[in-house]
Amino acid sequence: MALWLDIGPAADVPSQGARKLHIAGRQIAVFRTAEGKFFALEDRCPHKQGPLSDGIVHGDCVTCPLHGWVINLASGTAQGADEGQVLKLAVALEGERLKLDIAALSAAAAE
Amino acid sequence: MRDQISPDRSRLLVIGNGMAGMRTVEEVLKRDPTRYRVTVIGAEPHVNYNRILLSPVLAGEKTFDEIIINTRAWYEANSIDLIAGDAAISIDPAQKQVSTASGRVVSYDMLLLATGSNPFILPVPGKELPGVCAFRDLSDVEMMLSAAQRYTDAVVIGGGLLGLEAANGLAAQGMKVSVIHLMETLMERQLDPAAAKLLAEDLTQRGIDIITGAVTEALIGADRVQAVRLKDGRQIPADLVVMAAGIRPNMTLAQAAGLACNRGVIVNDGLQTSDPSIYAVGECTEHNGQMVGLVAPIWDQAKVCADHLTGKTTSAYRQIQPATRLKVTGIDMLSVGQFNGGEGCEDIILRDGSRGVYKRLVLKDDILVGAVLYGDAKDGGWYVDLLEKAAPLGDLRDTVIFGPGLTASGAADSGLADLPDTAEICGCNGVCKGTIMAAIADKGLTTLKEVKTNTKAAASCGSCSSKVEGLLALALGGDYEAKAVDSVCGCTDHSHEFVRAAIRDKALKTIPQVMQTLGWRTPGGCASCRPALNFYLLCAWPGEYQDDSRSRFINERAHANIQKDGTFSVIPRMWGGVTTSGELRAIADVVDKYEIPSVKVTGGQRIDLLGVKKEDLVAVWADLNAAGMVSGHAYGKALRTVKTCVGSEWCRFGTQDSTGMGIKLERMTWGSWHPHKVKLAVSGCPRNCAEATIKDFGVIAVDSGWELLIGGNGGIVLRGCDFLVKVTTEAEVLEYCAAFLQMYREEARYLERTAPWVERVGLASIKSRLLDDTENRQALAARFAYAQSFAQIDPWAERVGGLDANEFKPMLVEA
Repeated sequence: MALWLDIGPAADVPSQGARKLHIAGRQIAVFRTAEGKFFALEDRCPHKQGPLSDGIVHGDCVTCPLHGWVINLASGTAQGADEGQVLKLAVALEGERLKLDIAALSAAAAE
Repeated sequence: MRDQISPDRSRLLVIGNGMAGMRTVEEVLKRDPTRYRVTVIGAEPHVNYNRILLSPVLAGEKTFDEIIINTRAWYEANSIDLIAGDAAISIDPAQKQVSTASGRVVSYDMLLLATGSNPFILPVPGKELPGVCAFRDLSDVEMMLSAAQRYTDAVVIGGGLLGLEAANGLAAQGMKVSVIHLMETLMERQLDPAAAKLLAEDLTQRGIDIITGAVTEALIGADRVQAVRLKDGRQIPADLVVMAAGIRPNMTLAQAAGLACNRGVIVNDGLQTSDPSIYAVGECTEHNGQMVGLVAPIWDQAKVCADHLTGKTTSAYRQIQPATRLKVTGIDMLSVGQFNGGEGCEDIILRDGSRGVYKRLVLKDDILVGAVLYGDAKDGGWYVDLLEKAAPLGDLRDTVIFGPGLTASGAADSGLADLPDTAEICGCNGVCKGTIMAAIADKGLTTLKEVKTNTKAAASCGSCSSKVEGLLALALGGDYEAKAVDSVCGCTDHSHEFVRAAIRDKALKTIPQVMQTLGWRTPGGCASCRPALNFYLLCAWPGEYQDDSRSRFINERAHANIQKDGTFSVIPRMWGGVTTSGELRAIADVVDKYEIPSVKVTGGQRIDLLGVKKEDLVAVWADLNAAGMVSGHAYGKALRTVKTCVGSEWCRFGTQDSTGMGIKLERMTWGSWHPHKVKLAVSGCPRNCAEATIKDFGVIAVDSGWELLIGGNGGIVLRGCDFLVKVTTEAEVLEYCAAFLQMYREEARYLERTAPWVERVGLASIKSRLLDDTENRQALAARFAYAQSFAQIDPWAERVGGLDANEFKPMLVEA
């Protein structure tokens, strides 16, 4: 079941950029693409735990700042020859505000 | 995935979740992915890891995660049932069933034994004491690492391959290590006495005590081992004893099941045991009376066994003599074949004592039959290939000891080109040249990483990486150049030069405009082209182009340098490397106030505050600003530092005021963005204490003026500067510097340092345009000054003033 949390105005996330969220001891990154789409991933690259929110956003991907892994924002999957998966969360735009489905966080924590 | 598997598929059960077993499973899946339902029983509670790389884990050079071969996802993706941490305890060949320690009973149609080997534990008193272990699996490594933290003295029993890698790893962890070896020389199964002596000297220099010809009599200690007593009465203190005196095939299960065994489980050429439904691979096997202990023959076994398991019964396993290398960083050796010679053999030997190089080639009837290389084993692959070819050397004999560089058609890298397709490139994974070349051609591979993923070459120890890169260059030739260097990135086929010219000639002023006009393939580019375009636009249109922070790497966006844990380092500018008590006091206060964990002096004479949290950056800068300090740009493709010596103000030898000159240069150049980082230095006399000869722009004072140097680099490839010109006044130094930097900014490709740029365009071209064409030089310097009038704004102060505030604080903090 979805668990929606209001995380603030959409305008606070820069285009082709990201913001960090600290939720229940976890670091989450919310991204906004050049086309105005929003995505949310856990802020940990599967390679060496780099902060994806500090990466360069291009198309529907982000490049990790530490070693250049490219992660697809829509799926959370590492691109190219690299293999890895980032925890993905649903994010929704309601009016001018962003909501984040944090159900996946508690599910992941319960594992 | 699982649903697609028909229930009536044959069941392949594998006992042993190690390298041999899993490689065989991989080879089976490669041949016929749907033939078997695979179950794996492993006694260790882990997924399959690269046991060969336990040595680098022990030495702290790799982490466990980095040596995992098959992740849980791999088992799942291939529908393999992994029963980890539950050992198999019996086989019932009649019922075709295996029982495990937890009481599980698993049926099979085909059984693969890959039970490996057990370390040989010397039968001496005290062998059960706490603090005594083998060097075999991850739990041994964990025990050794924890002992290294608490204790000081370690003894390794056994001076073979494994023992020496253990000793090196423990020494790297800070322990005082002694190696006790039964024989008179180290690694006697791989090295002749001369090479062994060099090895012993190298290890002794690293602080490892080598005791040869020594028989261990007892381990002494009450609650924990305290010492090793030798037969001659000597006692060696030991808080940790590692037994590395050899391995014994693990054939308990096979023996109990009635399979034919001798020293190991006996297998035929098809890796089949005496029971036709049971195969065996790896260190548990004995084939034609020979055991295996190195990885290359085991990979051969895996292939042959997989052939037989999938119905290709003509394939036969043949023992080869594998080459041995010691995985000790900094020790380069290789041994192969009959290295010790024998009847009818002759030697060709090269000794270079001062370089610590020893090479011995063993010939029989003009055919290479063995080799030992110590101190320089880079030609090892070539010798192994010659040995396998087993052809008479003929004329090659005169120069063979000097390697392929002198023997082939003359080109320095012709060694790779001349290798046959069957030559092994990656010894760890048994990948030959033909396989790599075919993968490059068939799958369109262009990078080392892609080759690793697709062929596994260079994917284990990595020591063959340079050869694989050589093959890439060989295969792609001109295209490799074109793809890797010429086009900006995968988003476009245009070269850097073409893009820069278009920006200028078509007056393109934004990144989207460039991409649109020049037909970029991707919407919004990528992390390679966007920073390049941002710089090109900034350089072309100073004062006009609106910098796109979203196209900058995080360091240039956050104005600090990201570290491996996501924190940042902060380096305030210190003009010419000169500081004051006030600045130092302010730095000290900042360190205390923000609990900054580490403070270090950099190679460029600045102070580095490491481990600053991103949220604290703005406050840290505010405090540093208040004390008069600004950003040191130690994070950017920008002017970094001007390193100086004290010069004539203090130094007995100084001829000019190098510090003052350095400060003037830094005041002129700070804040400038470049294709890559730029470092300057000024030395006050030819003794060159500021190391100005390896900088992008170096200045060396002489009695009659200043010598100007360009294009040096002390990084990956050391390059000494080229001499540009000698001038007499400070104003000339500044003008030449500004003109040179502007030419670099306008012409170099993004991420190209001055050193490769100078080599690419040629010193003569740069000189003619800077020295002979005064007008051009002055115009370049003027363009630099104009760009600087917009660039010299302290980015820290801007952000303390509120710019980009969102960059530095989380959007939401929810407990």
